Amino acid sequence: MTEVAPRIGVLVFPGSNDDRDAAWALSALGANPQLLWHGEEELPALDAVVLPGGFSYGDYLRCGAIARFSPAMRAVSAFAEEGGLVLGICNGFQILCEAGLLPGVLRPNASLEFVCADVPVVVERTDTPFTSRCTEGQSLTIPVKHGEGCYHAPADLDETHVLFRYAPGANPNGSERDIAGVVSEAGNVCGLMPHPEHAVDPLLGSADGGLVLASLVDAARERLYARA
Amino acid sequence: MKATVLVRPKVGILDPQGEAVESSLRQLGFPVEEARIGRVIDLDLDAASPDAARREIEQMCERLLANPLIESYEIEVQA
Repeated sequence: MTEVAPRIGVLVFPGSNDDRDAAWALSALGANPQLLWHGEEELPALDAVVLPGGFSYGDYLRCGAIARFSPAMRAVSAFAEEGGLVLGICNGFQILCEAGLLPGVLRPNASLEFVCADVPVVVERTDTPFTSRCTEGQSLTIPVKHGEGCYHAPADLDETHVLFRYAPGANPNGSERDIAGVVSEAGNVCGLMPHPEHAVDPLLGSADGGLVLASLVDAARERLYARA
Repeated sequence: MKATVLVRPKVGILDPQGEAVESSLRQLGFPVEEARIGRVIDLDLDAASPDAARREIEQMCERLLANPLIESYEIEVQA
């Protein structure tokens, strides 16, 4: 029996450049991805939303600061507030932080250098829609590629928000507490700097990112069944 | 009405750009203890009074021009 493909929206901003890779990866993992232009004021019926990597609006002012006010982001905020699943990758993570959907903010890398490398990322929690296929403490090899990925946490950030952490000694950007990705208090919004969509096949060097995206596809499929 | 907004990284916030400039200035022989890099935004806006302009710009800063988690801002309105 073939499983039904959940509909996952992938937002496209001016300057997004990983939107098609994200859509390709989601499709390969059994989802039905839909590219959505940032000017859309309403979202179609979706089971999850992915904000892809790139340089939305040229990263002017601060990364994600302009994109968060796009019409589609208003719709994504409403979607998230209703409990909808939202995953932000790299620039998508920056946008979610600027939008206040996730705590903290991403700053220029401590090295001031653009970093492009496969990094070991440790899964801190598996009880989320983004990590259900992982095991606790599992180390995933996933590439990063960013100039502004240094996570600055609010002083009172609870450890329960930390979903992914760079392995000890492998922090590529100076992020506080080695944080690579966080999850919202309600657990339905996640952002991370590493790019799971670039690690979904051994041919790409690693298939570990597929565990993250497949977890999202599983959770989106459950939403789809609940909706039906 | 013209106004200028100065946005700065808050005290204690890592500013790698400032550190790079600080070290370059030292290499040039300047006795610099610290350099911090912010942003200048010059505005030309319609406002009934300097106070009204300031209130409007505060909103701009809170919503877009600065991220209060990491940045402070100063507003100068030209009378």
